[in-house]
Amino acid sequence: MDWKRFSFIALVIIVLFGAVVMVGQSQQRPILIITSMLATTIAVATPLTLGALSGVFCERSGVVNIGIEGMMLSAAFFGWLAAIYMFHVFGFPIGISITVGALFAVITGGLMGLLLAVLSITFNVDQIIGGTVINILAVGLTGFLNRQLFFGKGSVFGGQVPNSPGVLPTIHIPIREIFAPLCSDSIICIENIRAINRVFDQKPIAMGAVLLVFIAHFILFKTRWGLRTRSVGEHPKAADTVGINVFKMRYANVIIGGCLAGLAGAYFTIESVPSFEPLLTNGRGFISLAAMIFGNWTPIGAWAAALVFGASQALQINMQLFRESIPPQWAFLQQSYVVGLAPYILTMLILTGIIGKTTPPAADGVPYEK
Amino acid sequence: MQAEKQSSSLARQILKSATESSLIPFLAILTAVIVGGIIISIVGGNPFQAYRGLIEGSLGSQKALSETAVWATPYIFAGLAVALAFKGGLFNIGAEGQLALGAVFSSLIGYALPGWLGFDLPTIIHLPLAIIVGMIAGGIWAGVVGALKAYTGGHEVINTIMMNYIALNTTSFLLNGIMKDKSPTNVIARTPMIADSARIPTIFEGLRVHWGFLLALLVAFFIWWLLTKTTLGFEIRTVGLNPDAAKYAGINVKRTITLTMVFSGMLAGLAGAIEVTGLNFRHELGFSIGYGFDAIAIALLGKSHPLGVVLAAILFAAMRNGATRMQFITQLPVDLISMLQAFILLFVAADAIVRYIYRVKSKGERVVLTRGWGG
Amino acid sequence: MAQTNIVLEAKDITKQFPGVLANDGVNFNLRKGEIHALLGENGAGKSTLMNVLYGLHLPDKGEIYVNEKPVLIHSSNDSIALGIGMVHQHFMLIPVFTVAENIMLGDETVRRGMLDQNAVAEKVNQLSKQYGMDVDPLALVGQLPVGVQQRVEIVKTLYRDAQILILDEPTAVLTPQEADDLFRIMRDLTKRGVSIIFITHKLKEVLAIADRITVMRAGRTVGTVSPKDVNPEKLATMMVGREVNLVILKKQANPKEATLVVKDLHVEDDRRYPAVRGVSFEVHAGEVLGIAGVQGNGQTQLAEALTGLRPTQSGQVTLAGKDITGKTPRVITETGLANIPEDRQRHGLVLSYTIADNMVLCNYYRPPFANGVVMQPDQIDANARQLIKDFDVRTPSPFVPASKLSGGNQQKVIVARELSRPIKLLIASQPTRGLDVGSIEYIHSRIIQKRDEGAAVLLVSSELDEIMVLSDRIAVMYRGQIVDIVPAANVSKEYLGLLMAGVKLEDAVKSAPKQEKEIKVERVF
Repeated sequence: MDWKRFSFIALVIIVLFGAVVMVGQSQQRPILIITSMLATTIAVATPLTLGALSGVFCERSGVVNIGIEGMMLSAAFFGWLAAIYMFHVFGFPIGISITVGALFAVITGGLMGLLLAVLSITFNVDQIIGGTVINILAVGLTGFLNRQLFFGKGSVFGGQVPNSPGVLPTIHIPIREIFAPLCSDSIICIENIRAINRVFDQKPIAMGAVLLVFIAHFILFKTRWGLRTRSVGEHPKAADTVGINVFKMRYANVIIGGCLAGLAGAYFTIESVPSFEPLLTNGRGFISLAAMIFGNWTPIGAWAAALVFGASQALQINMQLFRESIPPQWAFLQQSYVVGLAPYILTMLILTGIIGKTTPPAADGVPYEK
Repeated sequence: MQAEKQSSSLARQILKSATESSLIPFLAILTAVIVGGIIISIVGGNPFQAYRGLIEGSLGSQKALSETAVWATPYIFAGLAVALAFKGGLFNIGAEGQLALGAVFSSLIGYALPGWLGFDLPTIIHLPLAIIVGMIAGGIWAGVVGALKAYTGGHEVINTIMMNYIALNTTSFLLNGIMKDKSPTNVIARTPMIADSARIPTIFEGLRVHWGFLLALLVAFFIWWLLTKTTLGFEIRTVGLNPDAAKYAGINVKRTITLTMVFSGMLAGLAGAIEVTGLNFRHELGFSIGYGFDAIAIALLGKSHPLGVVLAAILFAAMRNGATRMQFITQLPVDLISMLQAFILLFVAADAIVRYIYRVKSKGERVVLTRGWGG
Repeated sequence: MAQTNIVLEAKDITKQFPGVLANDGVNFNLRKGEIHALLGENGAGKSTLMNVLYGLHLPDKGEIYVNEKPVLIHSSNDSIALGIGMVHQHFMLIPVFTVAENIMLGDETVRRGMLDQNAVAEKVNQLSKQYGMDVDPLALVGQLPVGVQQRVEIVKTLYRDAQILILDEPTAVLTPQEADDLFRIMRDLTKRGVSIIFITHKLKEVLAIADRITVMRAGRTVGTVSPKDVNPEKLATMMVGREVNLVILKKQANPKEATLVVKDLHVEDDRRYPAVRGVSFEVHAGEVLGIAGVQGNGQTQLAEALTGLRPTQSGQVTLAGKDITGKTPRVITETGLANIPEDRQRHGLVLSYTIADNMVLCNYYRPPFANGVVMQPDQIDANARQLIKDFDVRTPSPFVPASKLSGGNQQKVIVARELSRPIKLLIASQPTRGLDVGSIEYIHSRIIQKRDEGAAVLLVSSELDEIMVLSDRIAVMYRGQIVDIVPAANVSKEYLGLLMAGVKLEDAVKSAPKQEKEIKVERVF
């Protein structure tokens, strides 16, 4: 990550946070606003981070994955469906049901990854068309099954969408417990520590995503697997001549990528809200790709870029909290049509390369033919 | 004698290449129908009844045929939009947004222009104007992406999708705000009805099929002529097949890319404009959703050939149109069609799978769209 | 040498590709510690045989013996395990990896789950010291000169304890001096018991270094000879299968006014590094100016800038008195340029277009091929039929896609298109790379014919022999600059080699007399 992109990311985040602080400072202390923004940013950046990691694994091995959106969507649906079946039909307790749901989401993602691998690696289908097929298939399949399984003839649910067993719980990191005694009696100090604690109290997939960023970095740049993955993405023939099975490496990485996109899908229906609606991913798979590109195909860079998108979404959410204190001339910022455009315009801006060009793996998108 | 022989062999050649190039799409449809049938059985439906419903609903009566043509009209335009971009080496996933923009501006001209001018316009001016403005709006919307691709390398696949979301936000902003139908009974995000002078007449009394369908066929012929017979078409195809050679040949590659995208967007905008002026007579938020992906499937199924696009569009239209009848007979949701179409697309795109199943040898060359990100 | 010393033997190898019988019952053997040259022209089947021995292709028929034991080589893993190493013509190195990473790839040293680059670096240092090949294990490969990259490739095979080394056209990217250095390393390796297969199409190198020579032609082995028993003519005849017409009917050049004038030209490469750094020269009507140099010294960017494919940073280019600096390819072509591009499949052709369409690629928009906006297919077809006849393109019909033609015929399509126009300047980049002898002869004669008709010709080639035979004057490029421009008539290959390495000797023996016979042979190969 060169200085130009890094400072751009820092600048955007400062501007976004600054805007909310300016608006909200009459109601809350800046530190509380900033920590609240941070907590939201990390949470809503989760699917983007995971989606970008999915892209990193696929594209580092030489397969362009434009199907992340569809992988997320189908994983969100099947994960949610599995949780409902476990809970309502098979009568498992809530905890087990949603865990199995999350697992199913990951497996669904992996299977979609397998489909992309079969199309693009075995059958040499143009990779962008292959990914588009996955996107369209996901829309068609989830749309049909969502309707048929709940409202269709002979549905076990008899025309009613049952309540989902719920979402994953927030995991508490005991920062408050450790540091609060140091405050003695200062209420403000305790309040600050509570606020800071909230940044770290995240749900399991959000925490897992951050952890996976560093694990992915380690795997890609420090291990044998990573060296071989990058070699088949840069120069597959060279890898072949030293006995590396290009097809196996690509298959494995695309399936790993699919699983990561599946976990991103689980975020929507297992961690964020306990419901599914058609097209709920709303372009976040594609924004993930922009984050991956902006992050120069590195896990940490992609995460930083995903946080920018997360921050722009957090801005929208936090602005809602301070609706009353927004001065009338800034009122248009409340309109979701306006603020909601930020991630899309940001994505297009990033792709122009004016904020620093990045270099894809040399063999990205090129089918390997012996 | 010799000439006769030559022409007859030419005819045979054309026939042969036509059957050859339609074989794979046909087998892909067949495979999708079988796979779809299996899934229908799994979820508790009767595939034979379902397909019977589809056919009856789309072809069974005069009205059914008319409705199929009504459905086919925007599909032909949108399919041509994607196909033209494919020919130019570009992947326009954003037909949906361009179509929405075309519809917005077409309906704006349709309902508001007489009011602005203070007098009514004759159909011969008002209708073409509404259509052309919609077309231009679509062209500009896509042209932005084309220019970004040509001059900065920003990849059109992601950019067209981003433009879709921007279009969706923009139209909902407009349709909930200044363009909203102000009549007291209306609660929906939609424009007022367009003036009678901006409406396309129907072809037959009592049926909804309108002259826009014929226009779609004419435009398909025009695109075929443009691509195969003109220097501009040669330039578009050369840039699509090999941009490096195009540059070497003295073609202005950047201009051609931008222009191809503008044309593509104009076709998509035309789809929206014709839907407004020929069928809905207003823009209702969200009607455009799904057209983008359908258009891709149609273009791929039609092998990006204008005639193929027309046939694929009619097939897709028949499926959409027959779906209601199918739902009536079998209680299967209409969304089944989306899944079926996704499978058709899967098997068309992955023609290697179809060739493998039916043991058909490969002859043609692969479509190549992926040329890196240019990030 | 005794028969028992055979370390590698291929018996009756047959390999069929769609449309080509690449190897047809090939027999080949390698003795311990020898350098065995495999000689043949492009497309003779040398690379196929080596890819079979290295496990990249499976033969349809035939057996392979290593140390007299029959073996099956299904992948490069098998060949590596058998002690076979290969240095490919196009290096199998990953530019963004370090030397150590490249060398360990596929055979990694791992400590506690992590790659251990230092341990590898140590072993690399040890190997490079042992064999006198200086490489820095922690350098990025992409930043190393080509000669050093080749050493990395050799170290890579030694790292895997290769006892049998296959070198595929190793001298193609080297200056004559660097090639001598490589030969020294090869000798050194054989002294330590390594056996080497040396693939080439250059006769002189074979005679200089090989212990035995096997000649291949059209997928078959023609015979195995000792360098003592043959001369260049005989080898050439074995390679081509007929008496090669060695004498080119090249009249004395008759240069006239300067057609192309280049002044202080600066050009950047794709990564925006300076590739051409202040180049000035003139090409006169009726002469051939050859641009020589090791690949990657800016020749490609120079040709691309002159033809309008690449922007120029500064400087001036005039063609026939008209300033064409920074103009588009269309303007330059209309001013009178014909361009035979370096990469014929990338720039020169649209492979899925028919021959007829490819033959109007640069003038499709002008009468008679188009009238305003509409193309004229009849005229385009007639043009193609005429050119196919005139330029001897071997094709069943003008409607065959260019992708179906052989390399030689593809190049003839380009040559036909470019030379059939009235032109003032021809820029030909690597015009015969990868072609068979027949096509090479044909294209050479066409280039000379254009010169004699009064066109200025700029020939860019990394084949020194081609440059020496066709050129009237030779400019040598090194690191983006022209080191010197010398008359071709009396310059020695050795001096050109020095220039290619950037050394200019003011008072050196520029004009060592050269034997006429040698030129003739080298002309072709």
